Amino acid sequence: MHDFEYCAPDKLQEALGLMATHKGSAQLLAGGTDLIVFMRARSKRPDLLIDVKKIPELSELQLDKAGLTIGASVSCRAIYENDQIAGKYSALVDSTTLIGGIQIQGRASIGGNLCTAAPSADTIPTLIAYSAVANVVSDKGERQIPVEEFCVAPGQTILNDDEILVNLFIPAPAPRSGAMFLRFIPRNEMDIAVVNAAAFVELDEAGQNFISARIAIGAVAPTPLFVEEAGAAMIDKPVNEESLLNAARIARDAASPINDMRGTVEHRKQLVEVLTRRALYGAIERARGALE
Amino acid sequence: MSKRTHVTTTINNKSVDFLCEPRQSLLEVLRDVLFLTGTKDGCNDGNCGACSVIMDGVLVDSCCILGVEAEDSEIETIEGLAQNGELHPLQKAFLEQTGMQCGICTPGFLMAAKALLDKNPQPDEQQIRHWLAGNLCRCTGYDKLIRSVMIASESMAEA
Repeated sequence: MHDFEYCAPDKLQEALGLMATHKGSAQLLAGGTDLIVFMRARSKRPDLLIDVKKIPELSELQLDKAGLTIGASVSCRAIYENDQIAGKYSALVDSTTLIGGIQIQGRASIGGNLCTAAPSADTIPTLIAYSAVANVVSDKGERQIPVEEFCVAPGQTILNDDEILVNLFIPAPAPRSGAMFLRFIPRNEMDIAVVNAAAFVELDEAGQNFISARIAIGAVAPTPLFVEEAGAAMIDKPVNEESLLNAARIARDAASPINDMRGTVEHRKQLVEVLTRRALYGAIERARGALE
Repeated sequence: MSKRTHVTTTINNKSVDFLCEPRQSLLEVLRDVLFLTGTKDGCNDGNCGACSVIMDGVLVDSCCILGVEAEDSEIETIEGLAQNGELHPLQKAFLEQTGMQCGICTPGFLMAAKALLDKNPQPDEQQIRHWLAGNLCRCTGYDKLIRSVMIASESMAEA
């Protein structure tokens, strides 16, 4: 690995100052399960690593009435091992338990998964389906970015060189809502998505019609894709096979995958339709569970 | 070159301090600085689990952690598994069930299995298989490994 400096500030302000003075040559370190591998492969060569795990704002994991705040360095494991969070945000459990093996889940953070900005990232479709917002700061100010706008190209985010992702905020899910994340890989564990999909649905009081729905898909475009029109088409529609199939087909048409060693364009498009439909089914079941 | 950093940590219940460069992984520090060579270097990119250690109660791949990140932490490695010359029940079971062939993956499997039994002393077969998905073995085909963990769990419950 190349030579670099390391620091682990315990104040956000200090990290912001370092980011501002080292524009572009500093890199934030959370779990390191992507970054250290990238550095070893020489695809990233920062002069300074700023370890953010001692910064309280980035280590926060807070569930309250308004929603869930996930500090950018919080590990996958910390999320799925929290029963209250796991009970309320089941699609987050779907995602965090699928990433790598137990070793990776103990270190890897959702914030890091988002900032790595892989098209196949397994937490990003779920964050989008849950309407998550990224809270970002620099020494000049702060801004809130809907997660669907965060990734701009493979491996690239909307963040400026001096900005830090502090946390992700997921608003409290409405009553009678549910969400599910699914991934297709050719083996049971430890692989990168051929396609993934997340769905969120909110049902009316009788559980018969959709009030709202959000669908996001991954590994089928340069960035994880929010298919707004697929969810929009479900509003006020009955909970039946036709509504689901219609939404799944819209998602399929929105996908623009490539051929690579993991799958072909045609296979991936088919998978988008199947996974979207199944994720919707699962989300509906969970919403009805919440209904009882 | 970056200055070497002084790191104070606890390894297998002993206070340890060492000097390392920021670019040295915890795996490199364990093996090349502290000569704790029981922890193995398999893929060096977080896929195979041969370098598994337990850090602050959490099972991790030591190749994906920097040595400098070990400051003030508590680390368990394979060297701490046997106590007072007595093999851990997992080690005994691996020996008795031939839960290994070439042995490169064995320390990682043992530490991963220990982390599992620390958390869940009576896992079922599926839980064991799921937990050990991050550890790869190119020799045995896993069945004997899984059986070893099940037998160790039973023997620990009886003890």
